[in-house]
Amino acid sequence: MDNSTPLPRASYPRIAALYRFQWEAAQNAYVLLFPEGMVQLNVAAGEILRRCDGKRSADEIIADLRAEFQSDAIDADVEAFLRSATQDGWVEWRDAVRP
Amino acid sequence: MSALPAGATVPMWMVAELTYRCPLHCAFCSNPVDFAKIESELSTEEWFRVLAEARALGAVQLGLTGGEPLSRPDLEQIVAEAHRLGFYTNLITSGVGLNETRMRALKEAGLDHVQLSFQDSTRELNDFLSSTRTFDLKRRVATLIKAHGFPMVMNCVIHRLNIDHVDKIIDLALEIGAEYLELANTQFYGWADLNRAQLLPTREQLARSEAVVAGYRQRIGNRLRILHVISDLYETRPKRCMNGWGTTFMVIAPDGLVMPCHAARMLPGINLPSVRDASLREIWLDSPAFNRFRGDQWMPEPCRSCPEKTKDLGGCRCQAFLLTGDVGATDPVCDKSPLHSKVLEIVNGPRPLQPAIERPLLFRTPHNSEQLIAEMTER
Repeated sequence: MDNSTPLPRASYPRIAALYRFQWEAAQNAYVLLFPEGMVQLNVAAGEILRRCDGKRSADEIIADLRAEFQSDAIDADVEAFLRSATQDGWVEWRDAVRP
Repeated sequence: MSALPAGATVPMWMVAELTYRCPLHCAFCSNPVDFAKIESELSTEEWFRVLAEARALGAVQLGLTGGEPLSRPDLEQIVAEAHRLGFYTNLITSGVGLNETRMRALKEAGLDHVQLSFQDSTRELNDFLSSTRTFDLKRRVATLIKAHGFPMVMNCVIHRLNIDHVDKIIDLALEIGAEYLELANTQFYGWADLNRAQLLPTREQLARSEAVVAGYRQRIGNRLRILHVISDLYETRPKRCMNGWGTTFMVIAPDGLVMPCHAARMLPGINLPSVRDASLREIWLDSPAFNRFRGDQWMPEPCRSCPEKTKDLGGCRCQAFLLTGDVGATDPVCDKSPLHSKVLEIVNGPRPLQPAIERPLLFRTPHNSEQLIAEMTER
């Protein structure tokens, strides 16, 4: 997915198999763990990735975040984050209907 | 979990050296040269306590290494407990002893990732450098790791004798389906330091290998991520020691000593604390060993007034000690160090033309370790 491809908002993003996503109390943050490495996520990234469970489409995730943070102006930010998370290999997409 | 005091950092990385027993005898091993005298390994229950204490401090990455961690029959139990506590568990192995039964047990225990070492892309050199016949076994183990769905890091320690094979080593990593390849240029501690004359690559070799890696990175993209760790002997600025002494890493030795880095055991005047005498929290926060090189108060000139001191934090303590005899000296890799000539003598000095033939490698064996201990005692 490069920057010119539209985000497949009807598809289902999930954390890629190589990564583990968890809450770390010591850092007071969500983190992504992978072989011999870790990324500490900021609040926004944590809130988005927490919802990338393969059961919600990008559209549903965005709607959920809009409701939770009571803002309609988040679409572009969420799309940009999901795009870069996909380029980094953190997130995989599934087109199939939900199981 | 009780919070750490203000200013204290979280020891996010814990390396557990479960044993110094190892079926391989690699001439570049970073284990202490006197490992043969280190006995009385921590028990399963002691490791459980150490894991819980580390997790309470905020440790989250756990490297299970040694020696060969599979030499411990309780490895699966230790992995299961670490997984239960929420660690991300990395098994760092030669592959020897990793059969179908143990692989399945480790998967069930919750192991997250396997790092498999090769010594070279060829059977001949792999088997020569490790002083074992293990190349074919490692190939089979790689297949087993992927069959069980683990992410796999292939690790290869790089030095003068294999650095010209870097292209073939990358090909091997692609062939076995590794997600990451760690090309770790030899750091000259422990056994590698004893074999430095034979193992230090030439400047030309290093430059060629860097060009090869850059070319592959362009061609293969994200399919294989190559981590290229370069020895800093050819640089003019040192590297941070373990991201900063006592900031991020704790290494627990098989007998329970807690070290700020793998090689700290050889440093004189550092009284390493043991998990048998104190809690990890006390050790991390209050022990003289972990506080010794924190901050910049310990720094001599030219570090103390140097604008770059926050970047490299004075460099590597073990390198400073090995090359200058003073554990508190500026890392002599820095060309501002008054002792930088020590590094230049090494990198520009005469080299054997046929390294391992003119002067045989000293392999990491219990026998050689015992001889070295005897020599040290005589002196």
